[in-house]
Amino acid sequence: MASKLTRSDRAGWLMALPGAGLIATFIILPFFLAFAFSLTNQRLASPNPTEYVGFENYRDLLGLSIFTLEPERNEAGDVLVDDDGQIEYPRLRKFTRNNPDYPKLQGKREWFSWQSGENRTVVLASDVVFMKALVNTITFVLVVAPVQAGLALVLALLINQKLRGISLFRAVYFMPVVVSIVVVSILWQFIYSPGDGLLNNVLSGLTFGAFQPRDWLGETSTALGAIIAMSVWQGVGFHMVIWLSGLQTISPTLYEAAEIEGSSKWQVFRYVTWPGLRNTAILILIVITMQAFALFAQIDVMTQGGPLDSTQVLVFQAVERGYGKQDISGGSTISVILFVIVLCISLLQRWLTRERN
Amino acid sequence: MRLGVTLASLFAVSVAGAATAQTELSLWYHGAGSANAEEALVNQLVEEFNASQSDWKVLIETFPQLAYNDAVGAAALAGELPDILDVDGPVMPNWAWANYMQPLGIDEAKLEGYLPGPIGRWNGEVYSVGLWDAAVALTTRRSTLEKYDIRVPTLDAPWSLEEFNSALETISASGDFEYPLDLGMAWKGEWYPYAFSPLLQSFGGDIVDRTTYQTAEGVLNGDAALAFGEWWQGLFANNYVPGTSQDAADRETGLLEGQYAMSWNGNWAALPVVEAFGDDALFLPAPDFGNGSTIGAASWQFGVSATSEHPEGARAFIEFALQDKWFTAFSDGTGLIPVTATAAADTANYAPGGPLEVFYDLSEAQALVRPVTPGYIVQAKVFEKALSDIANGADVADTLDAAVDEINEDIESNSGYGH
Repeated sequence: MASKLTRSDRAGWLMALPGAGLIATFIILPFFLAFAFSLTNQRLASPNPTEYVGFENYRDLLGLSIFTLEPERNEAGDVLVDDDGQIEYPRLRKFTRNNPDYPKLQGKREWFSWQSGENRTVVLASDVVFMKALVNTITFVLVVAPVQAGLALVLALLINQKLRGISLFRAVYFMPVVVSIVVVSILWQFIYSPGDGLLNNVLSGLTFGAFQPRDWLGETSTALGAIIAMSVWQGVGFHMVIWLSGLQTISPTLYEAAEIEGSSKWQVFRYVTWPGLRNTAILILIVITMQAFALFAQIDVMTQGGPLDSTQVLVFQAVERGYGKQDISGGSTISVILFVIVLCISLLQRWLTRERN
Repeated sequence: MRLGVTLASLFAVSVAGAATAQTELSLWYHGAGSANAEEALVNQLVEEFNASQSDWKVLIETFPQLAYNDAVGAAALAGELPDILDVDGPVMPNWAWANYMQPLGIDEAKLEGYLPGPIGRWNGEVYSVGLWDAAVALTTRRSTLEKYDIRVPTLDAPWSLEEFNSALETISASGDFEYPLDLGMAWKGEWYPYAFSPLLQSFGGDIVDRTTYQTAEGVLNGDAALAFGEWWQGLFANNYVPGTSQDAADRETGLLEGQYAMSWNGNWAALPVVEAFGDDALFLPAPDFGNGSTIGAASWQFGVSATSEHPEGARAFIEFALQDKWFTAFSDGTGLIPVTATAAADTANYAPGGPLEVFYDLSEAQALVRPVTPGYIVQAKVFEKALSDIANGADVADTLDAAVDEINEDIESNSGYGH
């Protein structure tokens, strides 16, 4: 027989109303608005009426073409070679700009290319910046999710001991989490500063001057790595605390039993600790993945997507277009694409980590 | 019940109070927490205006600069714009086009003798007027130039491209400085189009075709622009200037501490240079790259919002502000350029023989406003990214083509921005 509480639906709904109402107004409604805007040419501020444009915004972002460039030849039909011995090709802009013979290439730009025999195959994208942002974001997630989760677990195992002053270590590791990410970004900008920045100084000190100072945020080869390193440093404390809470739910009797059985440290971790952390691990993986996809503040403060788009990411592009360039529809389209990506990955993670019977 | 009565009587008192007093006008100002005296002076201006007449009472609300434009955009969407708006010169056409602002409607004869930058025109009408202007100069020391036997350029005879390049080469080869020139690459955002688009214009290119404002094709990627782009890339490739990852602190102090031989910087940063170097300080005009030498113009200005119920009151306030004594006061307080020659004569820095007098002449002779179009907001961002990418080694022609495409697509999707 149902109790009075479970039968009084109205009271239940009424109590859920404030929370549900807030979620509906500030999360669900904006999401549907973003989807609606992505099908229009909505501007941030414009006297022109908004028009429905179908999937044009998606085409503008996702359009790709493959094109094969044939080398330049002289009159005898020989391939022309420049002074460095490289095969010379006609400039792509001959084909992509106002060339009626190649309507599909109009306005597209080179994303990447590879050599196949004498020819060069070029992949062109309608929006190279978006494509680079997509690749960078995925790279960021693929590196940050395992590294941050792993490092957090190591830290959690280290501080999950009864030692004098252990709470000091807990506080120190957790500190970066409570400092505003904007402040952290500005501080790391000093650390990465070219020439006589802290990192350059430390490295050249450790190598007795053999290390050549680098422009960490100013070189395409190091900028994204520099952002990844500081992001992991900043976020690791938070996930350490979650791991720690997971560790402390594992019953001490299991450890005692393992000890009596004479298991090695690795066996204890493998057969007691790790199975006990299963649900925590799923939670942490999903949370880190979502947070990593939302990467924005570090980019906004430290690199603005540069140099040469090596740190462009999706959320930064969504904000830059929606507010910076007043193109709400473009920003909304990126948000919807990001949503679909995160949704797919979360579903995949749920499926991979499901309970198997 | 008693509470209701109290509230009602309070309400009655406040209504009665308002009826006999001045009509309230709201003013939004962008400079909350500004380092110099600007904010205090704006407050003083409001107070004196309120005391000077009995019809209007201006209530000022200040915003931090970074949040200001967003706040205005949000207020416009919500229909809550103030009566009087503070607006950055190049942004004004966008706000006018988006119906945030209405024409100022003041007698243009009153603007006689003003520098060109502080008058904001859109579609043939004046929408905003500024109390000051800003100018950029090549800041350096006379002794530096003499040491390397480099001619000191003048307003009438600025450096040519060859002279400028060889000056950079000479100073760079001496090894006395970390970099011969500091362009201020650390200052992201509006600094790029403000400080660097005049260099492109001096080469003969521009951000957008100013005859129609409908395309950037052939202007931002024409031969002149390509020449500019190659030269620009060369500055970084030859290590003549610090790159986009320049430390903001170096930007502030690099010239003073002898890291850089020259600095492309604004008049707002000129006073410390004068203090440090005295008579040795030089403020030189931009080089002439073939199409005359130009610098940017237009700073923050006042205008009337489109939804103001009392535009005549807003106008009265702006007219009150347009007096030489205010131009002088703002210039003395902030180091900015007064907008009339008569006001300049009374200022500490811009009077004949004053340490910054040269900036008034620069502003008068070479100032060119940024493209006067609602699309400027987007074009400025595109231009900034193109210059950063080229500085970092991107292919010049491809980068400028991409910038042209983005600008043209934006103009098209905004139906030509009402030109």
